[in-house]
Amino acid sequence: MRLIHTVAAAALVSAAIIAPASAVDISGAGATFPYPIYAKWADAYKKETGIGLNYQSIGSGGGIKQIQNKTVTFGASDAPLKGDDLNKHGLVQFPMVMGGIVPVVNLEGVKPGELVIDGPTLAKIFLADIKSWDDPAIAKLNPNVKLPNQAIAVVHRSDGSGTTFNFVYYLSDVSADFKSKVGVNTSVQWPAGIGAKGNEGVANNVANTKGSVGYVEYAYAKQNKLTFTKMVNKDGKAVAPTSETFQAAAANADWKSQPGFGVILANQPGATSWPMTAATWILMYRVPQDVANSTEALKFFDWAYKTGGRMAEELDYVPMPANVVKDVEGTWAAEIKDANGKPLYSVTN
Amino acid sequence: MVDLALHGQSVVTGEIRSRAKILDRLRIGDAVFRQLTRAAAVMVLVILGGVMISLVIGASPALREFGLGFLVEETWNPVTERFGAIAPIYGTIVTSFIAMLIAVPVGLMIAVFLTELCPMWLRRPIGIAIELLAGIPSIIYGIWGLFVFAPFLQQYVQPALIGLFGNVPILSTLFAGPPYGIGVLTAGLILAIMVLPFITSISRDVFDAVPPMLKESAYGLGCTTWEVVRYVVLPYTRVGVIGGVMLGLGRALGETMAVTFVIGNAHRISASILAPGTTISATIANEFTEAVGDLYTSSLIALGLILFVITFIVLACARYMLMRLERRIG
Repeated sequence: MRLIHTVAAAALVSAAIIAPASAVDISGAGATFPYPIYAKWADAYKKETGIGLNYQSIGSGGGIKQIQNKTVTFGASDAPLKGDDLNKHGLVQFPMVMGGIVPVVNLEGVKPGELVIDGPTLAKIFLADIKSWDDPAIAKLNPNVKLPNQAIAVVHRSDGSGTTFNFVYYLSDVSADFKSKVGVNTSVQWPAGIGAKGNEGVANNVANTKGSVGYVEYAYAKQNKLTFTKMVNKDGKAVAPTSETFQAAAANADWKSQPGFGVILANQPGATSWPMTAATWILMYRVPQDVANSTEALKFFDWAYKTGGRMAEELDYVPMPANVVKDVEGTWAAEIKDANGKPLYSVTN
Repeated sequence: MVDLALHGQSVVTGEIRSRAKILDRLRIGDAVFRQLTRAAAVMVLVILGGVMISLVIGASPALREFGLGFLVEETWNPVTERFGAIAPIYGTIVTSFIAMLIAVPVGLMIAVFLTELCPMWLRRPIGIAIELLAGIPSIIYGIWGLFVFAPFLQQYVQPALIGLFGNVPILSTLFAGPPYGIGVLTAGLILAIMVLPFITSISRDVFDAVPPMLKESAYGLGCTTWEVVRYVVLPYTRVGVIGGVMLGLGRALGETMAVTFVIGNAHRISASILAPGTTISATIANEFTEAVGDLYTSSLIALGLILFVITFIVLACARYMLMRLERRIG
């Protein structure tokens, strides 16, 4: 029922954003994963400045198409664009907020955080190479947990999603077998299991199906009180999914190694890093046509970086680390300019 | 005529002239009305043609790439961009088949009960209940199916089916596998509930139109209710009944939301109807928003085109069947 409340709240928020069509309204479209936090920020920002944000969560693919057609001020995507694509369309890309993806299980007598899984084992489960919960590979990681002789029911996303993208990116990173058999995309050809629509669909199917395993964003695991697992990270340490371990992964990442900050936070080094952390990106034009709206959008993003962190944590998102924010804002000043070559917005710290 | 007698000749000519004017006006009105109705009818053709053309254009990259193999290939891999439509086609047809297998006999039975056997005071409540069933949005069926119906099937019905048919040769493969709760069978059952009101209410209306004299005569000859229904009511109303069944089938083939929730969305063809599968419309609804790349999008549109063609074939078959029936009865 938490779900229904969330949906109702989101509907109210969007109604509040749409209702008074004031002078400048920022328009954006794209990823569904960050929608709740964008909506919350938009509501708070509207109260503070009177400037509204109209964000349509139509999916990352849709967001990329919309920004390429110039129907919105910014696009949003869970999968980063490659440097070539950014240059081809004259786009700037920067990360806005992060979240964690957690494996969830439904096993009788197993409490949240009790089960430990490592990447290669998780990949084998989703490849259906490991079919039963009492498989030696799982038992070896969990000497103190009583594992039943029960078939594993795999639950995955049926709709294309950034969550899937980040999840299979991680599995491909740790398992060559998974990489060759499944690969990386927002939707993939799963060798086994049932597909459910949206995070809420996966959460519900895992909650209903005994012996099941799935993957959801952390917020859904927490709100639905699902049994999440610990993961063994790149440094070989078992970590629990928390705001701290997500942030550790982000802090240890080398953000400048990819154009447009397009670093995927899977399997980052660090003793306390959660291996399946995911960022979500904003796409804007280097030389935007609607200068006024784009300037307002940058002001909004700046405000969200500086004052939106607590709101993000309330919704179980992870704010960007300060050093990354500084780099992003440097990029704005250096790259987003009007037709005369003057920067649209320079951050005054 | 009275007017003519009273007012004389000049008035009469004036009268005739104004009458001609009125007639002219009526004629213009008629012509405008005719054109308006024709425009409305032509609009349907234009829209249909437009949909068809845009589907073909949208689907052409995928059809060029994969050719006819698209129709028989099971792979659906967005990573390597290899796409084939047989799994969704199979799922669409099987779920609709299960739905019709259940909904047609049950729907007809309800209609017979309502028109022939039901006490007067019960007719209205049952009739209204069925019409309300038709008015429930499909998303509600989907949510109900996922939260209530699927767990019920998983706990009680599916283990019983697996146990019951476990040792029967063919049925054991049909009802094999772990009980997930969701899958092809669940989708078929939900669809059956959804198409039931269409079949029932149309059959009831056409059964009501059977002249009482025919039925009374049959009863008078000593026919049982079953015989009256079988030999008088059904032959008399077959066109309407088939129309209702086809309307239901059309809905079952194209239903999206409810099916997406309960079918399990796996691009696989399984022998077991308890296993997850997918349908054409569920695949499109699931994947269109995040489909990146021309070939992926185009393959999804090609699926839409195939659904269009399947629906067209079904309707054409129905027409043909009706024509043959008409001719045979003469």
